[in-house]
Order: sequence, then C-alpha cells, then structure tokens
Amino acid sequence: MSSIEERVKKIVAEQLGVKEDEVQTEASFVEDLGADSLDTVELVMALEEEFETEIPDEEAEKITTVKLAIDYINENLA
Amino acid sequence: MNGRRVAVTGLGMVSPIGHTVAETWQNILAGKSGAAPIEAFDVSAYSTQFSASVRDFDISPYIAAKDARKMDTFVQYGMAAGIQALEDSGYEVNDANASRIGCAIGSGIGGIGQIEKNTTIVNTSGPRRISPFFVPGSIINMISGNLSVRFNMQGPNLAVVTACTTGTHNIGLGARLIAQGDADAMLVGGAEMATTPVGLGGFAAARALSTRNDDPAAASRPWDKDRDGFVLGDGAGVIMLEEYESAKARGANIYAELTGFGMSGDAYHMTLPPEDGRGAAASMANAIRDAGVPLDKINYINAHGTSTPAGDVAESRAVEAVLGNAAGQVAVSSTKSMIGHLLGAAGAVEAIFSVLAIRDQVCPPTINLDNPDEGANLNYVPHTAQEREIHSVLSNSFGFGGTNGSLLFSKAN
Repeated sequence: MSSIEERVKKIVAEQLGVKEDEVQTEASFVEDLGADSLDTVELVMALEEEFETEIPDEEAEKITTVKLAIDYINENLA
Repeated sequence: MNGRRVAVTGLGMVSPIGHTVAETWQNILAGKSGAAPIEAFDVSAYSTQFSASVRDFDISPYIAAKDARKMDTFVQYGMAAGIQALEDSGYEVNDANASRIGCAIGSGIGGIGQIEKNTTIVNTSGPRRISPFFVPGSIINMISGNLSVRFNMQGPNLAVVTACTTGTHNIGLGARLIAQGDADAMLVGGAEMATTPVGLGGFAAARALSTRNDDPAAASRPWDKDRDGFVLGDGAGVIMLEEYESAKARGANIYAELTGFGMSGDAYHMTLPPEDGRGAAASMANAIRDAGVPLDKINYINAHGTSTPAGDVAESRAVEAVLGNAAGQVAVSSTKSMIGHLLGAAGAVEAIFSVLAIRDQVCPPTINLDNPDEGANLNYVPHTAQEREIHSVLSNSFGFGGTNGSLLFSKAN
C-alpha cells in the first residue's frame, strides 16, 4: 500500500499532466504546476474519489499546494 | 460576392477515411468507404449498428493530453483540423494582425458524449461529481474559443449552429466577414462526434439512418434505388479564408476563390424537404447570383446527397431547375457515399473536397450508385472519379429545420 503522500502526488501528476517527480511536496498547484482554477476543482474531486471522502468547498479552496493536500488527508482520514 | 474578394489558403481535416486532408482526398478519389461496425459501445439493441467514425486518431501531436482530456471529442477533431488549416496556410499571427483574424467553427450537435457521461454521473453519484470541465468541454463554440487562445486570434469569434448546414454557413458567413471588412482572415468550418449511445439512438428514432447492417460499406448510396437512409459520420473540416489581395501579396498558396454564398429556408417541415427542392434551388441560385458566374462554368456540384429517400431526388430536381440546359453538362456527386454524413462538419469537409476538385481538375465519385432511382437524371459520377475541366464548383448543405446553404468556389486567377 502506497503512503498518502505517494497517492496524492500520483493524482496531482495525473490530473495536471506533469511527471510524478516534478510534484514536489512544497509545490503550488497554480504557481508551480500550471493549474488554473478549474484544474484545482477537478483535482480536489479526484482526491475525494481516491480517498473516499467529501471535502467541503470552503476547505477545498484552502488546498493550494501538494503539502496542504497531504496534510488535509492525514488530518481528516486519520 | 459584394465587397472584398476571399481566397482559400489553408485546409485541415479529420475524417473517417483519413486524419489529414491529403490522406482523405486520396481515399476519396479511390472510392473508399469509411463505414464499419460500431465498436465503441454496445449496439446490439440498435436498429443501426455501424457508422463512418474516425478510427485510431491520436490527438497528442496537436494538443497536450492534459488539455485534450478537458475537451469533448468533437472539439478535439475541430482543433486538429483548425491547426492543420492554419499551418497549411503559412499565415503567421502577430501583434499587428491578431485583431484581424477570427474563427467561425460550429457543430450540429456539440458535446453530446460529455452530456451523456455527466448525466450518468449526476444520476449515479450526484451533482458534486460533475466535472468542472463539462461545460467548457462540450459547448459548441469551444473550437473557435480554444483556437483563438492558442494562436492569439483576436478577431470575430463565432460558431454558427444550423444542423447539417453548420459547416457551410460558418464558411459562407466567415467569408462575408472578410468581404465586408470585419476581418482579414478567418478559420471557418465545423466538427462533429455524435456517434454516441444517445446520438445514434436519436437519429435512428427519427428513421434517418440506413439499417444495412450486413454491409456497412454499401449503405450510403445516394440516388440509388435501394438507398435507405444516411450513415452517421464523425470528423471535422476547417478552411483558412483570407482577403484575396493580402493573401496574394504575402505569397500565399491560393487553392481557390470563394466567389459565392447563398442561403434559404424551406419553410416546409422540420426534417423533410419539399419534393420539388425549392429551398435547395433558392440556396444554389442565391450563391450563383452572388458569384456572378455563368451557369456553364459550374462544372461540378458536391451535393448534399445524404442517401435518404426524399432528399436526394429533391436536390436533383433543384439542380435541374437552377441550371436548366447547363444541368446536362454538370457532374454531381455525393462524397457522403464514402464518408457518411458528418452533420455539422459535412459542409466543411465537402467544401474542402470542392476546392480540391478545382485544384486537381477531378470530380470525386459517388460510390454504390448501381441503379439510379427514377428522377435521378444527372451525371452522378458513379463508382469512379472523373477528370474534367472545372472552373467553378457548388457545394450544398441542407439541414433539419429546413436550413439551406450553398458555397461557390472558383479557380483562382
């Protein structure tokens, strides 16, 4: 079983069309990985699906980096 | 055409028998059919089980996978054709001309595949799972929109929607924008990908499709006694139009001149043409008047010719009514016999065949025309292409709603 970090990075890579090794933990979706606002909406949907959870919109808006996504999953699924 | 002259300087196409203009044209002249059984979804419950679909197309040379994923397939086809046409023209968009080049590329149906997919999602998983790219990936003006963003084309940005006349109307109205000075160059055309469970089912329910499931390649047979409906086709065609003098001045390769455009409405029935084809006749007559080309210079007509019982003969009557004595010398063929009916893309790919007929001085064939029906009295170029002197070509499109359009292309001089 992959770690949460690996699973998040894999999804980010797939959704944003970048290589997995480019997905640094500190990377910002918009500034570093070329996402636009709709990309980030879809990315959150993909995370919800992967981790079988529902992320409220007000929380989703705050998830702007890979690290924040990993932290959110860790805190809410643990 | 009133106003400035309009040149055709670039062509792009994705079709059931080729992923480029050159490949498709070669297969058209060879009389190859693109109809085959549908494998993309289970068709066992359908009365029609085949289509003329685009096969094995790879979008990656045109659009990054990340971006293509956000577009319905019809948008992808349109983008590929648009990129091909712009590259073929050799036109460079720069800061000085960006506001003078625009796009008018439509679709008859639009992103029905995405609509179906997201309808299933909302019914099974709820509204929160609808893709944020559903709307921008499926609405009809997104080929024009995406091309403009990609190439910085800041001129008029449109997508005319008129069922099966979509491609023709976008080309004709785009030409008008150049003639009247709204733009100096336009990427124009249409795209379609409606071979989906609901798309196929809808046309089958309207009793519009051939049900010759045992022999798809013989199903599209315009003017033949045994025709029984059209074959649903997918693909896209885009043409680069430019103001004639500026195209000439930059040394562009001018395939042909778009000399005339005509339109009309049948005002008769939602899906059937009047038997005498008067709407079709008015559309052709308007294009010919617009061009001011003598009737005997119209040497080839790329007909709408869908292979439906009512439409083909009505169009033939219209040709006879409009051309009079000159109908005896004109060649009339339906390339739909090979590629099926591309709906909103039909007029665009057929305009391209019309332009190439002028370039190569050859009329593409109507395949499967074994026994011409009663009332089918013209030279339909049966089975094999015919080389002949071609000065001008008419390209016809007629759509549900009784919407008609005709383009007239002439040899550039």
